[in-house]
Amino acid sequence: MSDIASRVKAIIVDKLGVDENEVVPEASFTNDLGADSLDTVELIMEFEKEFDIQIPDDQAENIATVGQAVKYIEEAK
Amino acid sequence: MKLKRVVVTGLGALTPIGNTVDEYWNSLLNGVSGAAPVTHFDAEKFKTQFACEVKNFDPTNFIDRKEARRMDRFAQYAMVTADEALKDSGLDIEKVNKYRVGVIWGAGIGGLETFQEEVTNYALGDGSPRFNPFFIPKMIADIAPGLISIKNGFMGPNYTTVSACASSANAIIDALNSIRLGTTDVVITGGSEAAVTAAGMGGFNAMHAMSTRNDDPKTASRPFDANRDGFVLGEGSGALVLEEYDHAVARGAKIYAEVIGGGLSSDAYHMTAPHPEGIGVVAVMENCLNNAGLKPEDVDTINTHGTSTPLGDVAELKAIGKVFGENAYNININSTKSMTGHLLGAAGAVEAIASILAIEHGVVPPTINHSTKDENIDPKLNLTLNEAQKRDVKVAMSNTFGFGGHNACVMFKKLD
Repeated sequence: MSDIASRVKAIIVDKLGVDENEVVPEASFTNDLGADSLDTVELIMEFEKEFDIQIPDDQAENIATVGQAVKYIEEAK
Repeated sequence: MKLKRVVVTGLGALTPIGNTVDEYWNSLLNGVSGAAPVTHFDAEKFKTQFACEVKNFDPTNFIDRKEARRMDRFAQYAMVTADEALKDSGLDIEKVNKYRVGVIWGAGIGGLETFQEEVTNYALGDGSPRFNPFFIPKMIADIAPGLISIKNGFMGPNYTTVSACASSANAIIDALNSIRLGTTDVVITGGSEAAVTAAGMGGFNAMHAMSTRNDDPKTASRPFDANRDGFVLGEGSGALVLEEYDHAVARGAKIYAEVIGGGLSSDAYHMTAPHPEGIGVVAVMENCLNNAGLKPEDVDTINTHGTSTPLGDVAELKAIGKVFGENAYNININSTKSMTGHLLGAAGAVEAIASILAIEHGVVPPTINHSTKDENIDPKLNLTLNEAQKRDVKVAMSNTFGFGGHNACVMFKKLD
């Protein structure tokens, strides 16, 4: 697993209180990992802080799964 | 329309002197002080460096870790005590009509620590507004009853009353009236507060409202003592299950006491100072007696607001003298804030629980830390000094007053 993927996973485990094994690339934050609308906003903010990037709202809307988050961050870095 | 009778069927407490109702009551009877040096933040530069904090509390023992992270401490405290009170009541939440169960809560401030953290983070940043999406829902004072209803599915009236240190007494009175009027069968009521933070301590210190007895915190809360120098900040929560009498009887519930009346008034005098003659306090106790349909000679005990401030304690006792006349000398007057400190918006609830348990057990908890008589206080009053006193308590009154001049008084009666 890439460094970015493992850091993303750690944030998700911490913020959503889920088991590490559940955080697979295809897992949806809302459908699979129990996130609500506020959790997803918080996750995006944590990604921004951890990776020192800005994720505009219109792009944040397209980040719905673990894999999409990792891909977005890899491209933004 | 005939008013319904309202009884207490469940209790929950998380206080500086005990994390359950049983622990709280034992500490009250034994005169335990909850004051100690502040641990929630570094208070080294503060005029007051001690408080009555809740001790050994780990929210994750009660609440899922993810849920707990989404709650300010004041809401965590509320959830834990509401659970204890519901369990104590034996109410089967699957069988109850959830549209007729309300949650009416009290909080003087709400999520002060959350507010402080978020604003501090913003101030330390570069001006970008990086506020957490949970900032507002964690902070707002009404989130506590909201969370209690979400957990249990209660769909009746749901809100928080805010009247500073009278908040949870207001909540209890609203709960009483809701059931009396037939709007609800059951209301989870009470209050919680968690203001032992830098902003809370600093703010009250700036008002010269708090004791600065840093060399001896445990004796700092000394209501009615000549050397009192202000209140001691406390935190925690109290929860009560109020229930319509027939509803409680029909399910064979244990009944602690009847909620017989409530009184409300305002000083209309000053933002923070009590009226020197306590005219608003006279009015609130008279309102409460009238509301309950009782006479001054019926009252056995008064748990005073008694915060240990120089002005407030004397004004309240003068008011008791005016309302009760010669009967005042037969009443067990006390201030449990001598032990718990001042729980602000939660004070009315935890003190109501003390009054209810005084009825239940036939003992009035003491006013501790008294050593020097105050010449401004009538020496014939029984202030229940230093030791609990046995008494068959039939009627117990509980006073709370808040900054802004809000006065609330609640009365409980042993069930006939």
